[in-house]
Amino acid sequence: MREPLSKMIKTIPPSGIRKFFDIVSEMEDAISLGVGEPDFDTPWHIREEGIYSLERGRTFYTSNAGLKELKEEICRYLKRSQGISYPAEDILVTVGGSEAIDIALRAMLDPGDEVLIPQPSYVSYEPCTLLANGKPVIIQLKEENDFRLTKQEVLDAVTEKTKILVLPFPNNPTGAIMEKKDLEEIAEVVIEKDLFVISDEIYSELTYSGKHVSIASLPGMQERTVLINGFSKAYAMTGWRLGYAAAPRAIIEQMIKIHQFAIMCAPTTSQYAALEALRKGDDDVKRMKESYDKRRRFLLNELKRIGFDCFTPYGAFYAFPSIKKFNMTSDEFAERLLKEQKVAVVPGTAFGACGEGFLRISYAYSIDDLRVALGRIEEFIKSL
Amino acid sequence: MREKILDMLYGNSKISADDMAVMLGCSKQEIEDEIAAMEKEGIICGYTTMINWDKTESERVSAFIEVKVAPQRGLGFDKIAERIYKFDEVESVSLMSGGFDLGVTIEGRTIKEVAIFVHEKLAPLESVISTSTHFVLKKYKEHGVTLVSGPKKAERMMITP
Repeated sequence: MREPLSKMIKTIPPSGIRKFFDIVSEMEDAISLGVGEPDFDTPWHIREEGIYSLERGRTFYTSNAGLKELKEEICRYLKRSQGISYPAEDILVTVGGSEAIDIALRAMLDPGDEVLIPQPSYVSYEPCTLLANGKPVIIQLKEENDFRLTKQEVLDAVTEKTKILVLPFPNNPTGAIMEKKDLEEIAEVVIEKDLFVISDEIYSELTYSGKHVSIASLPGMQERTVLINGFSKAYAMTGWRLGYAAAPRAIIEQMIKIHQFAIMCAPTTSQYAALEALRKGDDDVKRMKESYDKRRRFLLNELKRIGFDCFTPYGAFYAFPSIKKFNMTSDEFAERLLKEQKVAVVPGTAFGACGEGFLRISYAYSIDDLRVALGRIEEFIKSL
Repeated sequence: MREKILDMLYGNSKISADDMAVMLGCSKQEIEDEIAAMEKEGIICGYTTMINWDKTESERVSAFIEVKVAPQRGLGFDKIAERIYKFDEVESVSLMSGGFDLGVTIEGRTIKEVAIFVHEKLAPLESVISTSTHFVLKKYKEHGVTLVSGPKKAERMMITP
């Protein structure tokens, strides 16, 4: 029989998280700090609106780009939170932010085009670039820069073939953010080198020092940016699979083309629930954010007390402590911690080779859960 | 700061000043001073424990009583409210808008005990015009906490990107 698989797909390694997931799922009483989603339930009034839409029989496709009211509400949200004006026609409602990442790359890349991907970062940018026939060029973010992207790092990586810069902030797994002054420097290079930006802002609402700034809000950048956001993290709606992209019309139109052939439209129930989230969910976001912020301080304080070096994260819900002083690789550390104390954390290498020497610890857990897990981690450190 | 401290205590009255200081990003001394001040000012009136009595052996009934009263000149409802809230059986007393004046909640060991209290103590009070007693059959949620469901099972996968 002939080879059923494409050469391309065989070159793409499975997600580094997968391997670890398999080990953890075999352990019965392990406790985990390895989850990348909120621990809150979706606020009831949002769930209730989803249920009501089903009761009313709203069980049909919506238009490809999404419900008009939802797109308009997204525009209002982007205006009030980021000060950026988009017409509803520049919005595409997607199946999570992850679909938006994939189809943005597919809509924009020709074979051989280079995509700058800062790492450590979310696991999908590199494989999606490869699947879109692009060439990933990794920028290794540095702890001494608080894992922010610097202008010089972009300049060092850019070539004539560079077309897209992926901007993953607030960052999973490091918790790093980019402030306005940092973004202004990046925007300069982007404009000078005639690049486009895919700005993955899925954690935008979970910023604990001041307000999140989108690079699309800077002068001359809206026309060069595909802004990606969604409902998963801010409203604790991961399972609803709903995100969106806001981008210049020419790009959005082609993204809609891919979306309509591959997906048709985002889930209708989720779209009605999201409408409620945007209209009446601000207080929920605030409540959950305040709770994460308390846990963030608690976790950081405990990690330092136990003896970890950890830079202060100001976004998302992760801490990214260094384990270099323990003379183990991230994989070794995570595996031993799991086997000896039954605590699961994710090795930094799951998010790029430069995550070596770090762990991702999620604080999307109650204080009580964190306390128990940290107690075990402390035992582990003492035993070394 | 006070509101943040109160929010945390409202959710968990056992939380330590150390933990609060870490979580709110301030010093332990600051927290202790604020709490002491609020206790003194009567903002914090006590620290209590939420108990689901239905799960214990202890027999208890609670009732909500609508009370209509004739307010007294110069004293309004305060005097009669005081006469009611001084009874030990009375859990809470509130002045209400709408169809009746005072909302009174009573805790007793038996229905009979509550009934005796109402017709021997409450109803005969001079300014009380009428009472209407509603017994609680089942408590679903109290103090923002759902009582009827068991501990929540972790639904999330152990490791996700």
